[in-house]
Amino acid sequence: MMEKSQETDSAGGECNMTIARLYTFLDGEMTQDRKEQIRRHLDECSPCLEAFEFESELRSMIASKTRDRCPDALRNKIAAILKYGKVV
Amino acid sequence: MSLSLISATVTLVADQDKFAEQAMEYSDALYGAALRMTRNPAEAEDLVQETYLKAYRGFGTFQEGTNLKAWLYRILTNTFINSYRAKQRRPDESALDDIEDLYLYRRIGALEGGTIGKSAEEEVLESFTDSDIKEAIESLPEQFRIAVLLSDVEGFSYKEISDIVGVPLGTVMSRLHRGRKALQKALVDVGMRRGLGLGE
Repeated sequence: MMEKSQETDSAGGECNMTIARLYTFLDGEMTQDRKEQIRRHLDECSPCLEAFEFESELRSMIASKTRDRCPDALRNKIAAILKYGKVV
Repeated sequence: MSLSLISATVTLVADQDKFAEQAMEYSDALYGAALRMTRNPAEAEDLVQETYLKAYRGFGTFQEGTNLKAWLYRILTNTFINSYRAKQRRPDESALDDIEDLYLYRRIGALEGGTIGKSAEEEVLESFTDSDIKEAIESLPEQFRIAVLLSDVEGFSYKEISDIVGVPLGTVMSRLHRGRKALQKALVDVGMRRGLGLGE
């Protein structure tokens, strides 16, 4: 019964449900059925689509702006550890 | 030395070389994660070094075909949690529950009555510098910081994060949910301090 009433809820209810599942969707942790359901909603709801696009953009921005380079001295130590089992 | 023993030794050396080569490829990523965890370059270097030492010693227990990256991150995370974690006071996690979903998006969109348009949103995102993002991640309470780092920065799945951190899937999902909200709040705070136009 709960499921049914959720599905026949107003458009606002569907938006809330879509936003609540936004991260599971972006994380690629959603079943195929659910994914299709979300995609169908996004096709006809531009505010939800914009929110999804923003969060997806934010995600790639976070990943691309947190790259660090291992210092050369540390890299040399790691190479020694992997070869001799200790820092030489 | 018997022929079979020689051949076994040769295989082991070859495996070890391959292992070393592959493990080396993760040095930048592991160093970055160590920096976010320890928030201190000297400690990050020690942590990465210790991680590789443990990996070298544990090479015998590493199963060919399993996920090397996840295995190295598990060593890194456990070493951090067990030895490097600052004796910090328990963070006020309850404060995180007051943050609404899509906090950053709503703050940006709320500007000019929600009509700022897509390009302006992208402009705000682009205006965050590398150190803004790193600072925001590093400001999160440890458990949330680790979850967000492993997911949003490193791209591990819920299941992999659950294995790396050693907590149930449900805990991973709840930490991610709260951690991401906290990250958005932190980004808004950083953005406001830098005058990126996210003010009230």
